[in-house]
Amino acid sequence: MALDTASKAARYGRVGRGIVGEVLTGRLGWTAFSFLALMALWFVSAALLQSRVFPGPGEVVETLVREAQTGALFHHVLVTLARVTVAFVVAMLIGSAIGIALGASRQADRFFDTWLIFFLNLPALVTIILCYVWFGLTEVAAIVAVAVNKIPNVAVTVREGARSLSRDLTEMAAVYRLGWWKSMRHVTLPQLAPFFAAAARGGLSLVWKIVLVVELLGRSDGVGHQLHVAFQLFDVSMILAYAIAFILVVQAIELGVLQPVEARVNRWRR
Amino acid sequence: MASLSRPLNIRVDAKTFPAVADRPAQAVLRGIEITVEPGSFVVITGPSGCGKSTLLNVVAGLDADYQGAVDFGGGDPKLSFMFQTPRLLPWRTVAENIALVLPEASADDPRVTDIIARVDLTEAASAFPERISLGMQRRAALARAFVVEPDILLMDEPFVSLDDPTAESLRGLLRELYARRPTTVLFVTHDRTEAAQLGTRLVRVGGRPAGIVQDEPIRLSTAERGNRDRVLAERARLFAEA
Repeated sequence: MALDTASKAARYGRVGRGIVGEVLTGRLGWTAFSFLALMALWFVSAALLQSRVFPGPGEVVETLVREAQTGALFHHVLVTLARVTVAFVVAMLIGSAIGIALGASRQADRFFDTWLIFFLNLPALVTIILCYVWFGLTEVAAIVAVAVNKIPNVAVTVREGARSLSRDLTEMAAVYRLGWWKSMRHVTLPQLAPFFAAAARGGLSLVWKIVLVVELLGRSDGVGHQLHVAFQLFDVSMILAYAIAFILVVQAIELGVLQPVEARVNRWRR
Repeated sequence: MASLSRPLNIRVDAKTFPAVADRPAQAVLRGIEITVEPGSFVVITGPSGCGKSTLLNVVAGLDADYQGAVDFGGGDPKLSFMFQTPRLLPWRTVAENIALVLPEASADDPRVTDIIARVDLTEAASAFPERISLGMQRRAALARAFVVEPDILLMDEPFVSLDDPTAESLRGLLRELYARRPTTVLFVTHDRTEAAQLGTRLVRVGGRPAGIVQDEPIRLSTAERGNRDRVLAERARLFAEA
């Protein structure tokens, strides 16, 4: 009884007071402190250098506000975000399917391992150029280029998970005749959840960086294209404004989407 | 109600584990034939590591790499398997785990809530398996094995590594569930008292590769199974020469 109450308290503590309390005093406090320190360093060095190509935080924020007011910022950020989303989803789906298949079949793994290593080491830039050459300067080419860059990473991560699937649970599913779909949905995929999470984490940051390159090389909108324009004008303030805007968006996705999903998926853990 | 319409015939002429790395191939089972009458409760005992679990896996269809045949007497019987470990999905609650094995059932299906009440897990129905004790996890596994109303129930030392009172209460639950819905049971254990208390027939395997060394009925009435002295006397008779 006493033990029961104690364990309950521990559990609620982690869910309730834990997150709010810990974040405010601990992690969030440190994050704010280190962020302010970085800003201060930037401010001071920009003030000392007084260079046209190294604007301070004030100037960058001004540019950010101006771009936001004209609507250009939202347009380009949303376009890029759309490409990131589509490429990310496509890469996760195809990469996971390949990873599960390779984890399940040793023969397939032996055969395709070399291919995987080839694609893992293929420079992103090469894929992008080839896609544009082969498919033209189209949206599809852009998405394919990004997805092809990301798929091998997802496949390798998910393959690790698929190799370590519990045989005990697979047998249970077989004896009780759960069927393919039920076994996949309730037995296999939940075991792979941590690997999906790892692939998604690494994936998002990789995908959005590649999307910018894709846009720079062959699209006429999106953050990458804006950076291209700013580069030609040597407008560093604009470059930093768009970079910061996108970092904020990606962080928001990480905190607002990925982490809550992960917390929900992991709620059964002790 | 009675499960199989015709006897179940298990014949394993030979079962060998293939060589792995520097360990040579190992013959596990040889010349085993058991014909199980529908509704009987066959207890299979023998020294640990002699291949009892392998035999159950063969019957369950989990191990197809053997010489012989398992004949269910025609038809396609419904199997349940209560493993040595509970093998519950940790990301599903107790009720969801039990509902999973029923086609088209949710956790609040009456069949699920009913069996949960019978194994006295109603309060833990919405708990995740890793947050309840091993004894409770075993009860959930027992409920899952019975909820599908199996034609054949396979049990592989399902009450091992529990303290005595917990194991005893689980055996009591098994007898209740079995009395309420008789089925054909193959029950592997190395606990001789448990064997005498639960089974209607004892099959003892031994040797290497293992064959059948003893096969005889267990002579206890349902009432006598609740009497510890009668159970111990029968155990002494069954294992007299062992």
